[in-house]
Amino acid sequence: MNQLSVQHLLGIKHINKADIDLIFKTADHFKEVINRPIKKVPSLRDITIANLFFENSTRTKLSFELAEKRLSADVINFSASQSSVKKGETLIDTANNILSMKVDLIVMRHPHVGACDFLSKHVNARIVNAGDGTHEHPTQALLDSYSIREKLGSVTGKKIVIVGDVLHSRVALSNIYALKLQGAEVKVCGPKTLIPKYIENLGVGVEPNIRKALEWCDVANVLRVQNERMDINYFPSTREYTQLFGINKKLLDSIGKKIVIMHPGPINRGVELTSDVADAEQSIILNQVENGVAIRMAVIYLLAEQIKRN
Amino acid sequence: MSKKTLLNSKEINIILHRLACQLIENHNNFENTVLIGIQPRGTFLAERLVEILKDDYKIPSIEFGQLDITFYRDDFRRRDAPLEANKTNINFIVEDKKVVFIDDVLFSGRSIRAALTAIQSFGRPSDIELLVLIDRRFSRHLPIQPDYRGRQVDVINEEKVTVHWKGRDGKDAVYILNK
Repeated sequence: MNQLSVQHLLGIKHINKADIDLIFKTADHFKEVINRPIKKVPSLRDITIANLFFENSTRTKLSFELAEKRLSADVINFSASQSSVKKGETLIDTANNILSMKVDLIVMRHPHVGACDFLSKHVNARIVNAGDGTHEHPTQALLDSYSIREKLGSVTGKKIVIVGDVLHSRVALSNIYALKLQGAEVKVCGPKTLIPKYIENLGVGVEPNIRKALEWCDVANVLRVQNERMDINYFPSTREYTQLFGINKKLLDSIGKKIVIMHPGPINRGVELTSDVADAEQSIILNQVENGVAIRMAVIYLLAEQIKRN
Repeated sequence: MSKKTLLNSKEINIILHRLACQLIENHNNFENTVLIGIQPRGTFLAERLVEILKDDYKIPSIEFGQLDITFYRDDFRRRDAPLEANKTNINFIVEDKKVVFIDDVLFSGRSIRAALTAIQSFGRPSDIELLVLIDRRFSRHLPIQPDYRGRQVDVINEEKVTVHWKGRDGKDAVYILNK
């Protein structure tokens, strides 16, 4: 298999294990490329990519843009805050206007669930989902699994706990799909109000106690508390959240084994992770960022491969 | 499909030693020279040459790398089946070095064109030479010619030249296959 089974990367739910293996294998080559003195290949010279960000982002946007530029694609950027969306333009109109400028591939982040799926049915371009509301964030899940594979050799059979605001997290859902596809065991841990009902149906366990969760796992993927998505108070105070679900050095040292700490960023230092944990040797947070560029290069390369020249 | 043997293992052995000697003639002790095998098939030839240079001609150290050209090819999005990339393994800078590209069969010259672009990611070489085991004459699409050639052959486009290596395919041999 050296071709993806899908035309768009809308979510991990739509892809299979062979796709993940192919993306990882391709990312291995790109990781070598981005560590060269000259970190660029000419593959996508005649491809134009639009980054449509209808929601704020620093890391993901920079990572995608860098990945596109490392592949020599032409890149145009668009942020909702400075655009005609404010003037009442619809999503399809915005996208079609951009496509009239001959764009081949769209990377989109949108606050609404399913926005990328909707767009993929209405415009003639390849779509990469860079996060749609609280739904999926496939490239993040891929880079998380890739980082685990790099650190521990394989994802299969590993125990991963996802800690924190699972309810509002697209990273959590995509990670659960990706990890289950690769045969990992997954548990979630967090305040009961932030764990979705029926999450067990996805084949994951729920562990309300952080100490027990850490003692069980090989890897802890710690999420940020997404205050901006919370319409009501899900827990009494940040201080209480930190005391019950925050990870500090003392807790980490007391579980009797070395686990890997991950975080999709941005970190609220002192809330979900203390600074000494975030900067600890067992934390692979910055490796995740580096791998993000390689994974996104692989995804874009493999999708662009399918856009045949006539 | 017919299969004709172009070179047997004895002939290949003689050719490899001649190519090694020609390299020594131009590069002495390989102080400022790096050998680059073009992935995937060129690396087997490069490994054999390095082995011969070290064992039979006592060259103490040779810098040797493997270069993958998949992302530099000019037929991306033009092929029916996507190409799979191979490993690039160059852990040195080629700035001001003499580079020798090594590949098994020179056909259209497009792989070498891609390699010429790819190597620039590792610095600016002082000069680049090309060594090939089989030079398919009259089939070039680009103005590229080898500096060292094992054997020059005239075959028609429908024919395919394949090189087999002892360590990988059981024995050393070069075949011409006719569909």
